[in-house]
Amino acid sequence: MKPLSLLRHSFEHGVHPAHHKAQTEDLPIQRVPFVKDYVMPLGQHIGVPSRAVVVAGERVRRGQIIAEPGGFVSTALHSPVTGTIREVGNFRGADGRFAPAIAIEADPFATQQVDAGAAQDWESLSLEKFIEAVQMAGIVGLGGAAFPSHVKLSVPDGVRIRHLLVNGAECEPYLTNDHRLMVERPDALLDGAEIVRQKLGAEETIIGVESNKPDAIEIIRRHIQPGQPVRVVPLKVKYPQGAEKMMIKSVFGKEVPAGQLPRDVEVNVNNVGTIVAIADYFLRGLPLIERVLTVAGPGVTYPANLVVPLGTPVREVVRFCGGLKGESREIIMGGPMMGRPIASLDVPVLKGCSGVLVFTEAETARRKEYPCISCGRCLEACPYFLNPSRLARLSRARMYDAMKAYHVFDCVECGCCTFACPSSIPIVQLIRTAKDDLTHRKEPEE
Amino acid sequence: MNKKDPDLLLFHAPLLRQGMTTPKAMRDVIYALLPATAASIWFFGLSALLLLGASIAGAVLAEWLFDNGQRRGESLRDATAVLTGLLLGLTLPPGLPMWMAFLGGFVGVSLGKVIWGGLGHNLFNPALLGRAFLQATFPIAMTTWVVNSYGGEFTSVYASSLALPFMQSGIDSVTAATPLGMLKFDQEVTPLANLMFGKINGSLGETSGVLLLLGGIYLWLRRDLDWRIPVSILLTVVLFSAVLSLVDAARYPTPLFSVFSGGLLLGAIYMATDPVTSPVTPRGAWIFGIGVGVLVMLIRVFGGLPEGVMYAILLMNAATPLIDRYTQPRVFGRGADSP
Repeated sequence: MKPLSLLRHSFEHGVHPAHHKAQTEDLPIQRVPFVKDYVMPLGQHIGVPSRAVVVAGERVRRGQIIAEPGGFVSTALHSPVTGTIREVGNFRGADGRFAPAIAIEADPFATQQVDAGAAQDWESLSLEKFIEAVQMAGIVGLGGAAFPSHVKLSVPDGVRIRHLLVNGAECEPYLTNDHRLMVERPDALLDGAEIVRQKLGAEETIIGVESNKPDAIEIIRRHIQPGQPVRVVPLKVKYPQGAEKMMIKSVFGKEVPAGQLPRDVEVNVNNVGTIVAIADYFLRGLPLIERVLTVAGPGVTYPANLVVPLGTPVREVVRFCGGLKGESREIIMGGPMMGRPIASLDVPVLKGCSGVLVFTEAETARRKEYPCISCGRCLEACPYFLNPSRLARLSRARMYDAMKAYHVFDCVECGCCTFACPSSIPIVQLIRTAKDDLTHRKEPEE
Repeated sequence: MNKKDPDLLLFHAPLLRQGMTTPKAMRDVIYALLPATAASIWFFGLSALLLLGASIAGAVLAEWLFDNGQRRGESLRDATAVLTGLLLGLTLPPGLPMWMAFLGGFVGVSLGKVIWGGLGHNLFNPALLGRAFLQATFPIAMTTWVVNSYGGEFTSVYASSLALPFMQSGIDSVTAATPLGMLKFDQEVTPLANLMFGKINGSLGETSGVLLLLGGIYLWLRRDLDWRIPVSILLTVVLFSAVLSLVDAARYPTPLFSVFSGGLLLGAIYMATDPVTSPVTPRGAWIFGIGVGVLVMLIRVFGGLPEGVMYAILLMNAATPLIDRYTQPRVFGRGADSP
């Protein structure tokens, strides 16, 4: 470990895309009004889809459970509005595929008061009950991956967690939703962190924030109670600082061994949005029925940070922001480095949707692709020290099996290689193709 | 929404790209070479200009003729053919007949690049392959060095430059030996200042050490070259000759003489760093550079030729795939291994 990298709180390699955060970083979080139609896909988290427990025609209240966990790696879903179940069926999702979902029509005359429990006595809950409560609150990782939080918090016997790491890096360009949450709700963040820390039995909470958010660092520090074991660690501004293994390297100087989890180095990592959601559930009785997201990009008329009820169509979110500019060409859910493009404005906002970014011709113009000249820029960008140049060549040649020896499955698809490539080779896309083939290919029977 | 929705594109993330492109990087190398090129034209007069033009024309013609792209000439836009021609030209003796330079450029691009599959697929540096071809076919012309007039006879053109193809014209100009030749065959040492500022005889590009270094710094600032390669080559050469001068200061070159004489700077900064033909891994770059440095010194000191940069780089080019294979970086969270 280089002493220098420890001092600057960073990992090695990575890239420096322009931040593009000035557009929204000072805009307070606004609440979007309720609209008429909502769609709640049953599979909006990683893992087993939820199981619907309502039928068409049934009246539901805002915050009421409409689907229960379909297994351990699955969470509950709650109605984002008071209204009527219109249909339980298949709807086109963000990836263009039809998938099971619950369509809800809002009651225009309802007060939209959240009808859920009040604050819970979390201190007296056993760890088991606590984890079950997180699952039933529908809480997933809100940084973008949407991995069920209760699974992350379930630590096997014999494994000790010493540090709770709260991820406020927000290294994706354009996004400022976590930034605003830290600035506007530092108390909820600290309360949520305290709940999780105590339940995990961790010694200390560390909140990692990229140093381009000095106001957030300052405000959180000011709200820390005397004696509270919380530290805010400013991190170097570098993508992908918010990737959990990179952040652990930045803060603790430790590498999480390949194929293992943060808990194997006694750390538990959660996004700031997730921590606030946990605070909202245990202190206010509010399950995960809405989330904060950033609407930005050159194609949006009025960029904003918004609280959006889950299931709201992107069309309504964009309309609230003054609509699309004429030259809009592509809409990304999430950040520009790792987000996913959507094919239709009717796609609903999901739990994992940290942003709605609208790009124009300038950002989406196809750059001419040149052959790989082995310049090595991708090797110097890859935070996992892979050889993306070699992986891309092998993928092009469809030599997917040979890619395993180059540790293709260690790739987290952060996109640094594609960003850095002067030949405009879609390196990470080629790697995804190979991983997909290796994972899903069925060997022909002899 | 009353308006029709836009037809949305579905390009996959990341949508953001940094600004450098491959043609820009190639053009940067050309820009970096311009001061040294201008100096060589000043030193050797219009002959130098004609020679560079001829080798570039040969390289461009081969690229254009054998282009298998959709549109003929498309691949010329990445500027690599011009760069190959320019680099080759800079390695040639100033009085070389133009037609030979043209042929060298043509062979360099066609046999050195196109038949391998074009840009990015070649094993050997095309400019050096072209030079090796000329060295093998025209050994006398390739080792005849006209005297550096240092700008004095700018407008005169050597008669040998204009020789017709396959006609040997007698060498009419005053010829002289290069500093490395003088050292090797006459045990005569050239003053360092002359080496650094070009008051020497030699091929076009090896006469202005300082300008070549400046261009290298420009490329390093633009992140266009892997600094490990020139640094490791030059360090190896310095160390190697430091040891030799300790053994016998009279017989062997001093470290600074070794660095500034011959084509070492041109080769180390502009040719060994050709990304296509040098290792892609950081550790590989060090091994490659050390290998070039050692071979240069072995050929210069113990070989039959006064200069060895070309063969040193070509030999290490051949070793590049092997070096890459055994120098894979250590993956995050894993121990050392290689596939």
